[in-house]
Amino acid sequence: MTTTSSSPPSGIAPPSPHQRARAAISARTLRTDRWWVSPLVTAIVLGAFIIYTGVRLFMRNDYWVAAYHYLTPLYSPCLSASCVPGSSHLGTPLPAFPLALPLPILIFPILAGFRASCYYYRKAGYRAFLLSPPGCAVSEPGTNYTGETRFPLILQNLHRYFFYLASALLLINTYDAVLAFFPASGGFGVGLGSLILLVNVVMLWLYSLSCHACRHIFGGRLKHFSKHPIQYWFWTQLSKLNGRHMQFAWTSLITVMLTDFYIMAVAAGWIADLRLFN
Amino acid sequence: MGTQRRFRIWRGDTDGGDFVDFDVEVNDGEVVLDVIHRLQATQAPDLAVRWNCKAGKCGSCSAEINGQPRLLCMTRMSTLPPHQPVTVTPMRTFPVIRDLVTDVSYNYQKAREIRAFVPPKGVQPGEYRMQQVDVERSQEFRKCIECFLCQNTCHVIRDHEDNKARFSGPRFLMRIAELDMHPLDAADDEGVDRKRAAQDEHGLGFCNITKCCTEVCPEHIKITDNALIPLKERVVSLRFDPLARLLRRGRR
Repeated sequence: MTTTSSSPPSGIAPPSPHQRARAAISARTLRTDRWWVSPLVTAIVLGAFIIYTGVRLFMRNDYWVAAYHYLTPLYSPCLSASCVPGSSHLGTPLPAFPLALPLPILIFPILAGFRASCYYYRKAGYRAFLLSPPGCAVSEPGTNYTGETRFPLILQNLHRYFFYLASALLLINTYDAVLAFFPASGGFGVGLGSLILLVNVVMLWLYSLSCHACRHIFGGRLKHFSKHPIQYWFWTQLSKLNGRHMQFAWTSLITVMLTDFYIMAVAAGWIADLRLFN
Repeated sequence: MGTQRRFRIWRGDTDGGDFVDFDVEVNDGEVVLDVIHRLQATQAPDLAVRWNCKAGKCGSCSAEINGQPRLLCMTRMSTLPPHQPVTVTPMRTFPVIRDLVTDVSYNYQKAREIRAFVPPKGVQPGEYRMQQVDVERSQEFRKCIECFLCQNTCHVIRDHEDNKARFSGPRFLMRIAELDMHPLDAADDEGVDRKRAAQDEHGLGFCNITKCCTEVCPEHIKITDNALIPLKERVVSLRFDPLARLLRRGRR
């Protein structure tokens, strides 16, 4: 093992010109596997999600199925006076919006910020969109690199705050999922839409609980686990989930998109909701 | 029964070099280092390669095989595509000395810049008492064999030589995380703030979580998830979380 210093650092000695010479290999990479497939697939799927949600946010319709109390997660909670009657569980504290303004204008930045600053999506985004780097041991095209030391990427450090806000929204999404089991006709009812909303909210919880910031808050920040057994237990359980954070990130992204599409299809009358009970 | 394989090995030194092709016999069960040794014995006695244990524990034989940072002694020939030449180069982030041998002294310089473990006052060596649950996080990091493959693959210094002065790389940020999580480390008492040092002196902000260090680690240490991200989160509490700052001030 290398030796660390018992005195304060004195700074790195500048290397001599002789030391600076790396092996003269001009190839950007010598990898022979298909390293480009992963960033390409990431770019396609994330790009599709961004385009889909962008279109849906500006549509301003087909987000609420009054008969079965289905509200798409992209519009929850709907807070504007422009929202369809019945879709606003928390009232309408915001005035009517002009047509050019998306109804979830306050909600969507939180969800987008939570995903964009997520430690997994950072890896995916840096590789797929910024090519920084496109793959391991593959040279990046840029000549300067400052990472997350400067604006705007230093804002990635706000992930924890997005986690807090997104968790509050997730509680509302959970209420939406429960409400979907109580249709307007009264009593308890189960339809394909209510099951889709339930699966979606479960995936969103798994994604949020497996978040690195959540793991830190619940115990990772501690130095002595033995003095905090309850927090240690939480940290241990969350660490198990954290190991599958990437899977939950992708699954929840896709379930959000599919849930929204299903509710749009039912609300627009393209299909009828498959009712299993009541 | 042996088969013939083509090896393309970078040969040269600080003044330049190029790929040299060799056709060499390969037998069942061999690793790349076995084949390199056969080349030394039969065709290229002056081929320079650093190696020691041949068991993936000394971290000496780090190189790049088909462009991937790997240990020569832990890469089985059977895992490489059979109908392509096997390309072997030195690690590309560090200055070359000759052929497959690089000068990794950058790493030793960075190691010396980290303040070592500070024992608590009044506790002598041999009197340290720690609970297993308090040290198991750090124990994962102690598996490091210092092959420096993570340092080699990290694009922050691999693609940007000028960042070497400001960035210590994943191996040494992991070392800081290890010390910051150590239940007995009393660096704070001596005015050493490891989180602040990680951010200001060792360039933690340069890390953009692309996880290449984790992918190449032959010890399968989850460097990014268990060391770098937790360290970033600790820095967030220190630097970017006004709520945590207020709470800290309230406790004082």
